[in-house]
Amino acid sequence: MPKLKVSLLTGRTVDQGVGKEHGKLSEEYQESVAICHMDPEDIKSLGIRENENVKIITNFGSVVLRLVKSPTAPHPKIVFIPYGPWASLVMNPETHGTGMPSLKGIPAEIEPALEERVSSMLDLLEEHYKRE
Amino acid sequence: MPVVSQVTCPVCGSFCDDIEVIVKNNVITDVRNACAIGAAKFLDYANHRSVKPLVRKNGELVEASLDEAIRKSAEILIDATYPILYGWSSTSCEAIRVGLELAEEVGGVIDNTSTICHGPSILSIQDVGISSCTLGQLRHRADLIVYWGCNPWSSHPRHVERYTTFSNGRFQKSTWRAYVSRLGGILSKKRLRRAVNLVLRRDVFATPEISRELPYTMFKKKRKMVVVDVRKTHSADVADYFLQVEPNKDYELLQAFRMLIADEELDVDRVAGVPVETLDEIADVMIGCKLGVIFFGLGLTMTEGKLRNIDAAISLVRDLNRRTKFLIMPMRGHFNVAGANVVFTWQTGYPFAVDFSQGYPQYNPGETSVIDILCRDETDAALVVASDPVAHFPKKAAQNLVKNPLIVIDPQTTPTSLMADVVFPSTFVGIETEGTAYRMDHVPLPLKKIVEPPSNCLSDVEILQRILHEVRRLGSKRK
Ligand code: SF4
Repeated sequence: MPKLKVSLLTGRTVDQGVGKEHGKLSEEYQESVAICHMDPEDIKSLGIRENENVKIITNFGSVVLRLVKSPTAPHPKIVFIPYGPWASLVMNPETHGTGMPSLKGIPAEIEPALEERVSSMLDLLEEHYKRE
Repeated sequence: MPVVSQVTCPVCGSFCDDIEVIVKNNVITDVRNACAIGAAKFLDYANHRSVKPLVRKNGELVEASLDEAIRKSAEILIDATYPILYGWSSTSCEAIRVGLELAEEVGGVIDNTSTICHGPSILSIQDVGISSCTLGQLRHRADLIVYWGCNPWSSHPRHVERYTTFSNGRFQKSTWRAYVSRLGGILSKKRLRRAVNLVLRRDVFATPEISRELPYTMFKKKRKMVVVDVRKTHSADVADYFLQVEPNKDYELLQAFRMLIADEELDVDRVAGVPVETLDEIADVMIGCKLGVIFFGLGLTMTEGKLRNIDAAISLVRDLNRRTKFLIMPMRGHFNVAGANVVFTWQTGYPFAVDFSQGYPQYNPGETSVIDILCRDETDAALVVASDPVAHFPKKAAQNLVKNPLIVIDPQTTPTSLMADVVFPSTFVGIETEGTAYRMDHVPLPLKKIVEPPSNCLSDVEILQRILHEVRRLGSKRK
């Protein structure tokens, strides 16, 4: 399966901002944050199309997201995920003594995940944060 | 129709104070002047709110009386040896003050969201100082505006319009018109490209390489805007010049600028992927401006180097002040995150990550900051106010947060409140409750009450005061 080594960024988008005001459990919110923006050339090299699913893997975890063509390309080998519970699954918690985890510029691998589903907010909570 | 004017928008650090809200029968029907995010806040806040306190029983969150929820919270906090009190940047300064009192009472750690936002900037400012100002000054006087590692167009949508490039100041005029005409050109080029691609079925224009050449507008006397970032954001589209830096190379770029400004030679061809000639030209523009400003965002604080990047940025501004006038300001995220730092500092001497476990305030980010405490798995309970750490903390930290007893005070249902043991639906500050908050430039402004809250919802201040009272009552009984 084709794989691509990329640098991962997280950040805000207007959609994420608006989505969050609709409520964290709303569809708008999930639609706006359970996605990743990728350079069109990189998408081609993975042999997939927009709106298909990809899996992002870092040293800290993995997450399946819907692929969106980046509105701000070109930025080869840089993948952007809006802040949210999905992005948090692959972030680096190391703070290097500053209190601040590393939320940008994280080395990652990305691969097509056509068979896999993007988990809904409730599934995600159930799967990763379930209390005993 | 009753219009409430001069309303402040309780969303982002721009904290716009010119919003007009139209209210009919205690319902907000329309909002003027706000951006999409602000408007969504005022118009949709009521749709997803909870109104009843909840307490977890047999694994399920069930409705409970306020008294029961207060008692349960007080017990959780008293029983804990090292509780965390986290959030605070989306509530009023008045609530933060009570929160600090509560933290001291229970001997916990109190931290605000700046810990995962501009925490490194604060550390750096404590090290090297900062030359800053209010946004009003920049609106009237700044002729060179640099956004470094931030994307105001998306995160602070009205920042550019109200305070910088597109604002009409007394001495500097908006460059909106010039942008609109430039945009016309860009759009028609895009349309042409699409048409050609369709007809010829191949990309004759190919993906445009980002041009390094400075456009003529950068050499004009009028106001100009530069965006420095690793990818071309929407803010970069608005800018006169976009400087693309390689990921994690901001520090090198900042230091290179410092050398160029000190008229020193760089014996490399490129720094952070940018040719030195380009840097030289930009350095000249910086020196040549009348009043410049750097706004910096998480693109600097979260990447490699963290606080050292900010050291370099502030030092660059200090160097520039030998040649012209230059200022620098962090782009604060939440509407009252600056207020959280201010109130924390009044009360304890420290802006965030304050540990009361020894009975007096201690501050050592990296040790007393929530992410570190959670990753080391040292805490045994938490109170979260107006924040959603389960959605935004790295997985390991969030997992350790939710495995302990958790109290959440938030008007909305969030991933964090779904995992909690006690949930208080509070009122929306700035919509249903008044208060005070600090804009990103540390100007305090009032939060207004526009509509009445649902009858059984209390404000953050009242809920915290009642928990504090109950903690004191139960605590003295146990002694
Ligand atoms: S820019 Fe920020 S403060 Fe201003 S209206 Fe938009 S969300 Fe509200």
